[in-house]
Amino acid sequence: MAGPPVLEVEHVSKRFDTAEGALTAVDDVSFSVAEGEFVSIIGPSGCGKSTLFNIIGGLLGDYDGRVAVGQENIAGTHASIGMVFQEESTFPWRTVLDNVAFPLELKGVAASTRNERARHFIAMVGLAGFERRYPAELSGGMRQRVALARTLASEPRILLMDEPFAALDEQTRLLLGDKVLQIQQSLKQTTLLITHNLTEAVLLSDRVLVMSYRPGHLKRKVTIDLPHPRDPDVVASDAFTHYVAEIWHDLREEASRGMREQETRVLAEGKR
Amino acid sequence: MTSPRWRQSRAAAAALGAGTVLLIVVCVEALIRAGAINRFVVPLPSEILVAFPRIIAEENVLHRFLQTAQEVLWASVLLAVVGIPLAVLLYRMRLIRLATETWVAALAAAPIVLMYPLFLVIFGRTATTIVMIGFAAGLAPVILKSLEGLLATREVLLNVGRSFRLTPWQQFSKILLPAALPSVFIGLKLGLVFAMINIVGVEFLINFGGLGQLINELAERYDLPGTYGAIFFVVLISVLFFVAMERLERWLRPAS
Repeated sequence: MAGPPVLEVEHVSKRFDTAEGALTAVDDVSFSVAEGEFVSIIGPSGCGKSTLFNIIGGLLGDYDGRVAVGQENIAGTHASIGMVFQEESTFPWRTVLDNVAFPLELKGVAASTRNERARHFIAMVGLAGFERRYPAELSGGMRQRVALARTLASEPRILLMDEPFAALDEQTRLLLGDKVLQIQQSLKQTTLLITHNLTEAVLLSDRVLVMSYRPGHLKRKVTIDLPHPRDPDVVASDAFTHYVAEIWHDLREEASRGMREQETRVLAEGKR
Repeated sequence: MTSPRWRQSRAAAAALGAGTVLLIVVCVEALIRAGAINRFVVPLPSEILVAFPRIIAEENVLHRFLQTAQEVLWASVLLAVVGIPLAVLLYRMRLIRLATETWVAALAAAPIVLMYPLFLVIFGRTATTIVMIGFAAGLAPVILKSLEGLLATREVLLNVGRSFRLTPWQQFSKILLPAALPSVFIGLKLGLVFAMINIVGVEFLINFGGLGQLINELAERYDLPGTYGAIFFVVLISVLFFVAMERLERWLRPAS
């Protein structure tokens, strides 16, 4: 699995000025993602995962450190990085087909070719037959699959996802996890997933990077040595349970700290 | 989107609307005949119906109808061409927005029709005066609602555009404008109502142009059935423009 690094994140730090003073959201984070590798970043709420997502995706600037795609330093958004957002991000005024064909339309691909390509990715996410539907006619899970297909249609070198299934119910989330696993294995798609879901991270990833609570830095890197192609039934194996327990051990400490700090903050705000 | 069920519900809504109007007309007729409403203030609906052929033949209603409709059309075009870009300007330039938004809102409540002498001085006793007053009266809601739609565009949609590296024009034409379109059309419909009231009002006041002038003349002659008949044609223009706008909106954004 380990090829040359496609994505390199080196000593990235990001500070925000807030009413309470400077806040370090991301603190000296370094890692790389190899060609075809699936890496997850997991951490408690408020650890700076989404800040890191925005920095790598080029939506957030003014940070310290370096982000590079294939040795080339990047500033701002990059054609090699395709982003899937946590919030529902389909265009409600476009049909499923037109949503997925959007990046191809921007590239000036002829209508017949782009529709054919879009249909291919729609089928890949399991939405064949829904091409003429509008997002309002679809469930939340289906809309997220449309967003995923739209990003895949741009054929990015790196797929960057920020908790794409966070708003969905557990069963839908597990099923979509299987779908992502299937797609990643068939496309050999280099993927970086930001998540707070343990089973999702272990099931999908080759490596899991655990982030600490504020200031968010990488606490631990766990290599998931589960067989490929990975079957969804792997969740029932001892090895899977072991990895989940191992990561939860690190995460529990950070999540508890985050919870305590949030409670203290709420109490302090109440006293003001 | 155009399922038989949907069509059925549209047809039922149209039938219910027409039925309600018919019921009100019948009630008014009955109340007037019973003496509950003074027939020298409100004529019998049946008399208004009888007056239609007369005002069409003798008062040249169709020509006046087209004249007013044309003025409304020009005012609507101006509202779209000027109002929407002004909203975009306010959206893009926060400082100007903060400095002027309250003034624009105040403009919506201003009785612009009372400024007709000023417009007469600038544009003369011409259709341009009428169109410009209609335009000025309808401008505020178009700007405010379009601005509201642009500001309400979800951040994540703009981020999708940024992630696909859209140019500023693509970001506007492919994301901002389609996202804001429902609100823009609400503004245009409100602007149309404001413009229409003022257009007919000014035609009435300066005794010039289409249906407003006709209403003035018929009222002066105390031809009440004719006056109400002419008012019906004003309502007809409003209905036609509303239907046209709804069609245009559905064509531009079928999922609306």
